[in-house]
Amino acid sequence: MTRPSTVPHASHGDKATDPSTPGPGVTRRRGRRPRRGRRAVLAAFLAPSLVLFLLLVVAPIVVASYASLYKWNGFGLPENHVGLDNYTRAFRDPTFRGDLWRGLVLIVLSLAIQLPAALGLAMLLNQPLRGRGVYRLVFFAPYVLSEVTTAVLFTLVFSPNRGLGEAISRWLGADAGAIFADPDTVLVAVFLVVSWKYFGLYMMLFLAARQGIPKELSEAATTDGASSWQAFRHVTLPLLGPTIRISVFLSVIGTIQLFDMVWVLTGGGPIHSSETMAVTMYQYGFRRFEVGYASAISIVMFVLSLVFALFYQRVVMRRDTEGAITTQGVQR
Amino acid sequence: MTAHLSRRTLLGLAGAGAGAYLLAGCGDGKSDDPDAPQAVNWWHIQNTEPMLPVWAAMARDYQGAHPNVTVEIQPLENEAFKAKLTTATQAGSPPDLFQSWGGGVLKQQVDAGLVKDLTDDVRPWIGGLLPAAVQPFTIDGKIYGVPFDVGMVGFWYNKDLFASAGVAAAPTTWAGVLDAVRRLKAAGTVPIALAGKEKWPAHYYWAYLAMRIGGLGALQQAAKDHNFDTPDFVAAGDRLKELVDLQPFQKGFLGADYSSPDGQAATMGNGRAAMELMGQWAPSVQASSSTSKKGLGDKLGFFPFPAVDGGKGAASEAFGGGNGFVVGKDAPTATVDFLKALLTADNQRRAARTGAVLPTVRDATDAISDPNNKIVSETLASATGFQLYLDQAYPPAVGQQVNDSVAELIAGSKTPGQIVKDITTVAKSQ
Repeated sequence: MTRPSTVPHASHGDKATDPSTPGPGVTRRRGRRPRRGRRAVLAAFLAPSLVLFLLLVVAPIVVASYASLYKWNGFGLPENHVGLDNYTRAFRDPTFRGDLWRGLVLIVLSLAIQLPAALGLAMLLNQPLRGRGVYRLVFFAPYVLSEVTTAVLFTLVFSPNRGLGEAISRWLGADAGAIFADPDTVLVAVFLVVSWKYFGLYMMLFLAARQGIPKELSEAATTDGASSWQAFRHVTLPLLGPTIRISVFLSVIGTIQLFDMVWVLTGGGPIHSSETMAVTMYQYGFRRFEVGYASAISIVMFVLSLVFALFYQRVVMRRDTEGAITTQGVQR
Repeated sequence: MTAHLSRRTLLGLAGAGAGAYLLAGCGDGKSDDPDAPQAVNWWHIQNTEPMLPVWAAMARDYQGAHPNVTVEIQPLENEAFKAKLTTATQAGSPPDLFQSWGGGVLKQQVDAGLVKDLTDDVRPWIGGLLPAAVQPFTIDGKIYGVPFDVGMVGFWYNKDLFASAGVAAAPTTWAGVLDAVRRLKAAGTVPIALAGKEKWPAHYYWAYLAMRIGGLGALQQAAKDHNFDTPDFVAAGDRLKELVDLQPFQKGFLGADYSSPDGQAATMGNGRAAMELMGQWAPSVQASSSTSKKGLGDKLGFFPFPAVDGGKGAASEAFGGGNGFVVGKDAPTATVDFLKALLTADNQRRAARTGAVLPTVRDATDAISDPNNKIVSETLASATGFQLYLDQAYPPAVGQQVNDSVAELIAGSKTPGQIVKDITTVAKSQ
């Protein structure tokens, strides 16, 4: 396409064209403002996903936020308008407050243990090592399993009277058989299973990012007298930043919405000790038929995720998402 | 007016998906002509041997005699059934014929106009059924469902383990149960198997104790007044606490399922616990989840829940329930006729012969061959009163709160006094 560079009549206030951009030598992206015909094509291609998005994402959110204002058992139309009662009830409900606390504990554990462990393994598996491919495969394998399969597997392993975990721990002189049946240990047990399933994913992400860093950088650091720890701390780690930030993001959002694993492993018990917001929502919506209250819980979950996502993307990941969300930045 | 409009619009959006489902179901032909071609969509929860093939055979027989009717059977696992039915009923499109336990859940479905009033249809033949079985399906004097199975909860015990612990006779008082537990523990046996993860088995203890202490009237009055904060219910919790304090349950019971390979039924079926408080299905589930697939055989015994000293309730009052079928609001005309065919004495005998069903049709009780089933059936027939499981009898929110609260009592996180307050709070909010 060797058309002479088109300089559109840059109007004032057009954020798409930064007036401070140095003029010569910078080619503007063609088609940033699509012509009429292309707009029709764009609309045609967007329509199916837009319709699905509206129907399956936006509509349920709207309906749930509407239902959350009613005391409603799910049959017929909601008629008993109760204002924000369902929300005030949620924040007074010891189970739901416990859900928030347990969610926080799981997030802290994930960020403090799961991600650093995955990072460490990724660095290890980046070294020349015999059987490296096998290790990578083995560590990544749990991620391929579905959450339900994983949970069923672990209920069998930690079956208190005949499980493998019971047998091994007894042989070691300990007693791990009933970790899912003890209110004091169940949350950590759930965290371990979640970590077992997901650390492989984060390990792969870190590994891929590590391999994208040119060797010359750490070599240069080493030549300048940096120890291997210093090279890691001051060269590798900062360059892994974008991947680490997106991993933290995925981990937090995943924890807020945790359901399948907990439901199959423990059902939220014993005595709510491993219950998450999503489990509480299911209990109220599908067991107690308090659909209004369950909707309120789902909206709280949604708002928490949304606020976190917006805050995180705007503040923490600003540099990573530059050009994707904002339109500034030089076209390469 | 605006609120009205927006409500419609919103629900219209939500119903769009469900509407498509409804439209698809409209092809069945809803004419009143019983000879017109029609399809009966049937959801049941006997998704394993021995009842699964029996239902299928009955449907085949019916289709053979009525070529215009197709029965579409959808066997579902219990929990899966509940989740699937919830979605279907909330979308306003219940199946034509489906499993029900009667009680509070059925009442909600009745109030929402989702199930058919069968009173007139079944009047000619419902008299042949045991009245206690029909009671949970009768709401405000109208019959909305027909039970094919009825039973009661009682103690199932391992005779060998009782004998080797020196417990000579089945206990007839609560003090006797506690004494048996002490002896069994002293003999190194796990006295009781309990599925703590699924809270319903634990609620049997509290409900039965409340029934023996306060009498049947106390349970009905509590439901009417929305008040469980009475001395009788607190006393039931205290008596249960006495049992829990003896630590009678198997290791890890708080995380145990009912029918998983390491659950309550398997623990009993494998002879690793001496007793369980369970309904009439206990022997067949013990057998199917035990390692040998045979269960305890004739080592298994049954005794009714004993009396409590000073209690107002008689030991002859039974707590239990049964399984039945209700008819969805849009069901084709042949559905009720098909339901009647399932409940003939012959078909009830076929079901009874599997050992997994205790028939509700009086004439079919002669087909009960299993000695344990016979005892349950006879105890039930001579019962002086009947109470449906609390988590079925009460509205779902109250029933689930009973289950949750009893679980908290057994785990030691709440006192008997606290749980009756929690249950009352939920009951009052309904």
